Amino acid sequence: MEFDFIPIILSLKVAFASVIIVTCSCIPIASLMAKHEFVGKDIIESLITLPLVLPPSVIGFMLLVFFGKNGPLGRLLEQWFQIRVVFTLVGAVIAAAVVSFPLMYQAVKAAVESIDRNLEQAARTLGAREYRVFFTITLPLAWNGIIAGLVLAFARSLGEFGATLMIAGNIPGKTQTMPLAIYFDNDAGDLRQASILVILMTVFSFLVIYGVNRWRRGLRRDSRGEEI
Amino acid sequence: MFKAHFKKKLLTFELEVDISLSQGILALVGPSGAGKTTILQCLAGLQTPSWGEINIHDKIVFSSERGKDVPIRNRHIGYLFQDYALFPHMTVEKNVVYGKPKKGSNPNKALTATNVLKMLKIEHLRNRYPKQISGGEKQRVALARALMTEPELLLLDEPLSALDQDTRSSLQQELLKLQAQWQIPFILVTHDVHEAEMLGDQIIKLDHGKQEVLKKLTIAQ
Repeated sequence: MEFDFIPIILSLKVAFASVIIVTCSCIPIASLMAKHEFVGKDIIESLITLPLVLPPSVIGFMLLVFFGKNGPLGRLLEQWFQIRVVFTLVGAVIAAAVVSFPLMYQAVKAAVESIDRNLEQAARTLGAREYRVFFTITLPLAWNGIIAGLVLAFARSLGEFGATLMIAGNIPGKTQTMPLAIYFDNDAGDLRQASILVILMTVFSFLVIYGVNRWRRGLRRDSRGEEI
Repeated sequence: MFKAHFKKKLLTFELEVDISLSQGILALVGPSGAGKTTILQCLAGLQTPSWGEINIHDKIVFSSERGKDVPIRNRHIGYLFQDYALFPHMTVEKNVVYGKPKKGSNPNKALTATNVLKMLKIEHLRNRYPKQISGGEKQRVALARALMTEPELLLLDEPLSALDQDTRSSLQQELLKLQAQWQIPFILVTHDVHEAEMLGDQIIKLDHGKQEVLKKLTIAQ
């Protein structure tokens, strides 16, 4: 039997789309949360981090409730934008975005919090408005954290299984991403296809973690060295 | 001309300040925790006083009575942070021009980055990054960056405390020279009484929020 590349392509599509959504929503939210204290902040932060600890089936169930045909968001998307979520790749993207959001959020928030507040204050004394402070000081200095979060979110999106299965289903050629293909290939006895995908995913995930760790260590060395 | 009279509640005591300065250097001395940095931060707008009024160049920038609190960026104050606060991801030159006004408000000064870098003898460092230069050099870059905004008042928070003795003495001389050249009031915070005596035309000692005048303005103008 010939090797089926389509799950790989679908997985990459889902992961790229999810990372774009997560990055665009995470950077403003995490920056605001890092800088402001308000009533109910702890509750919001707990809600944001929840997908990290909840079983994927719980997330999948909740997504079905919200994005299902009769769910509030599902109906809205279908009526206004003709977008169907259940049993489509859109559903897979939403599932991937929800589970990878907390990873990116934590990385960006930690990066923004670690910036010396005096640098932002100095920019203000030099006449900079808030948006200039954000784009010329905060964002460039948080860049390393943002990249690390982005890579982790990408890897997590690529590996999403449970919630994806519940909302997007397992439609070969349409919503069957790599993790789903591995499960169902194995179930059907196609061990060759399953093992190739397993090796690909393992190597890729290893490289991501190895790369991020190496890079972080290099950065720490950089920030210590070259001092006169 | 600069005038400030304000109060600020701190954790264990209330700070009360009443200072004015038209020219020269005002030195604030006192032990750590006496509220020196808080005064500078209130003047710059980094902290808000609980009561009072601050005038810079005959403009009210803060008044509790009138509910006025001009944002930091519009106060035209140069601020030298204790740890210099140079932007680590920008070269010396980029740091220095960060606050350059779009149009020079005072055409006589014809302020260019090259002039300021030359004046502070750091022209050769323009393409280096902050982590590649020494403490004394960082201090000069921070000064250049603050002066580039053409401030009406310069605040210096322990500007020389992290430097070795030699660099310190030469920078002390340079600060005096700069002040004479620039003709704007400087307010300098230090815990070193000798430094205050050497640099200050006026010296104010702070202890637990109360101020004591050690030396009054005596320069004849």
